[in-house]
Amino acid sequence: MKRKVLEKGMKVLFLLMATVSILSVLLICIFMLISGVPAIREIGLFDFLLGSKWSPSGNAYGIFPMIVGSVYVTGGAILVGVPVGLLTAIFLARFCPRKIYRPVKTFVDILAGIPSIVYGFFGMTLLVPLVRTYFGGNGNSILTASLLLGLMILPTIISITESSLRAVPESYYEGALALGATRERAVMTTVFPAAKSGIMAGIVLGIGRAIGETMAVIMVVGNQARLPSSILDGVRTLTTNIVLEMGYAEGLHREALIATGLVLFVFILLINLCFSLLNRRKEHE
Amino acid sequence: MEKFEIRNLNLHYGAFHALKDVNMKIKERTITAFIGPSGCGKSTFLKTLNRMNDLIPECKIEGDILLDGQDIYRNFDVNDLRRDVGMVFQKPNPFPMSIYDNIAYGPRTHGIKNRSKLDEIVEQSLREAAIWDEVKDRLKKSALALSGGQQQRICIARALAVKPSVLLMDEPTSALDPISTTKVEDLVARLKEHYTIVIVTHNMQQAARVSDKTAFFLLGEVVEYGSTEEIFSMPKDKRTEDYITGRFG
Amino acid sequence: MNELKAYLKRPLSLLLRVAVTAAAILTVVVLIFLILYILINGIPYMKPSLFALEYNSENVSVVPSIISTLYLVGLSLLLAVPFGIGCAIYLTEYAKPTSRFVRVIRVTTETLSGIPSIIYGLFGMIFFVTALHFGYSILAGALTAAIMILPLIIRTTEEAIKSVPDLYREASYGLGAGKLRTIFRVVLPSAMPGILSGIILAIGRVIGETAALLYTAGTVAKIPDGLFSGGRTLALHMYVLSGEGLHMGEAFATGIILLALVVLVNFATGRIVKRFTAKGLQ
Repeated sequence: MKRKVLEKGMKVLFLLMATVSILSVLLICIFMLISGVPAIREIGLFDFLLGSKWSPSGNAYGIFPMIVGSVYVTGGAILVGVPVGLLTAIFLARFCPRKIYRPVKTFVDILAGIPSIVYGFFGMTLLVPLVRTYFGGNGNSILTASLLLGLMILPTIISITESSLRAVPESYYEGALALGATRERAVMTTVFPAAKSGIMAGIVLGIGRAIGETMAVIMVVGNQARLPSSILDGVRTLTTNIVLEMGYAEGLHREALIATGLVLFVFILLINLCFSLLNRRKEHE
Repeated sequence: MEKFEIRNLNLHYGAFHALKDVNMKIKERTITAFIGPSGCGKSTFLKTLNRMNDLIPECKIEGDILLDGQDIYRNFDVNDLRRDVGMVFQKPNPFPMSIYDNIAYGPRTHGIKNRSKLDEIVEQSLREAAIWDEVKDRLKKSALALSGGQQQRICIARALAVKPSVLLMDEPTSALDPISTTKVEDLVARLKEHYTIVIVTHNMQQAARVSDKTAFFLLGEVVEYGSTEEIFSMPKDKRTEDYITGRFG
Repeated sequence: MNELKAYLKRPLSLLLRVAVTAAAILTVVVLIFLILYILINGIPYMKPSLFALEYNSENVSVVPSIISTLYLVGLSLLLAVPFGIGCAIYLTEYAKPTSRFVRVIRVTTETLSGIPSIIYGLFGMIFFVTALHFGYSILAGALTAAIMILPLIIRTTEEAIKSVPDLYREASYGLGAGKLRTIFRVVLPSAMPGILSGIILAIGRVIGETAALLYTAGTVAKIPDGLFSGGRTLALHMYVLSGEGLHMGEAFATGIILLALVVLVNFATGRIVKRFTAKGLQ
């Protein structure tokens, strides 16, 4: 009898524990909404999203420059990180000599674990001066942030691509070799296309990482709230806008910063949606 | 004319001695069947003939394999070799592409880009593999939607499309139902006219039905190799007889 | 020799081979370079004064930060681990895998793991710091970090539990053990290596976190004297130092400590996986 009560009780306890993640998501959504929406209402959705002037002292709260900044920096990170990431993943999955597989894999894992602040510091003290010397400008730029973020999303893209490539049946590869294709051709024309949705999911996840990254970006991107005219210009992203001003913001200013977070949150939810749709497609294949 | 000549072939997987002193000559435009219990080395041997064993690390090969008098492990570009020595696998393995693209994969690999030329090769290969009539109206559909038997014939057509002279078949009907099996067997018998065929099979009746010569493998050795008729009617070796009559294996 | 000849006949294949190898080398070289760069710049500043017990603007000691980091890691694990494991147990051992409830949890954990840390930071600030009046404190920071690592713990635990063969469960039931006993005596112990490596990964995540903690735990540079006192973790310490620009060498040295912890975390998970599972070599 006592045992039965205990069994039942623990089941209910586990159930309650399981609801914590639901509760967390609900709380995050609700508090982001109630703290962010009033500011948007006051500023006006249109002026907030598409206004090109951000000047809290002048009571202007347009985050369009930050949206553009985030898009540029993320796009740049994809241009830098995806080619290198995909090629490295192909190397690991298909061409890596067995002896060096473990070490290379460990390196990629370490790359994934390095804190953003360390990346940011590396970018600030090394990449910024390098870009200033070789490309001009003051070094705090879209280009610098793209290079740094490209490096930071590498491990995500490498590990997801590698596991998708490994999940492709060996028979495709063998079939292509048996027709006289080289190993490289067999990989590129049969294995790679078959892993397409998984690879896309990896890229989408990389986009999510890049757009949400804050501390590394803040240290190299210049943080000027304006529309850039070249990749050597500094910009401000949605994430950095929050960190830069939250420390001293009050009233509508503070709410506008939270609303910036809300916009970022919506972007992230859309990206997550893409990611899970791609994953679902992968499972169906 | 001899197509293949194998001399003193030994193959090791790490410490495991998988093939022991194999000697064999395979005539052009004949069907040779390899029979024997699982793990006897027949599939391994088949894969040495187009160097698919190269994929396995720690696989060491000694001895000579001559194809038309050329040593395939020394004087050969492995991709050219595999183009000349096609292979059909145990489980049908069409690529996840359209039927057309499956057949055109090989020719494209070898540099044929001309559309009408490709059309011609695709049709010809599908006809040769006796599946043209079944698929001619859905060449753009995925090959994965076909039945297992059809998929296997697509794979045969795919192998034929690169114009090989030899076709290696690794238990090509083991995953198929009896009706599809008969179709594939009929096809194999007809292909003999133009191709040298080596077929690994678990199915003794199949070996007896389709092949001209049969080799019986046991524990990495060729116990007996001769005309199919002789092997099945009066095997010289006691072990061959035991296997054929179903006393072991 | 033959191989080279074959490649020269097919330049595209050669090109791809070169490209993939170059990409892999690039990845490894950049990482090695990054580590060496931090090491070379930081080692001269790994002086005893950096490890003084008391922080002041002269020595910018890391000791209070190390202690704050320990508090924060410990507290967030204390909060997240039981809930994460409980959730994973419910998902794997009780719920029907196709039920709507399980699907909702799946979606929410996926969502949580995709949310960037700055959003957690904002939420933590709005909810724990302001709405619940915790102020900038270790407690607010730990609660925020706990939600952040929850999906990681749930997922790794779930995978670990799923990989326990049903045979074990059946054997336990066969001996007359109840469900709870089976879970605690058979399933969880066998799943322990997987759960542990998930926890270690979570530790790594909290140690490296900045954006989520900046406006929840705060950046006070003293040893916290209670749950409601603020504190800056190592990563935040590095951020503050780099922002001030006066103690770059010390910031590099803090970077070395962080890198060492990352390598340690990586090494520990590798060891656990290798030691406990036959699948360690995949």
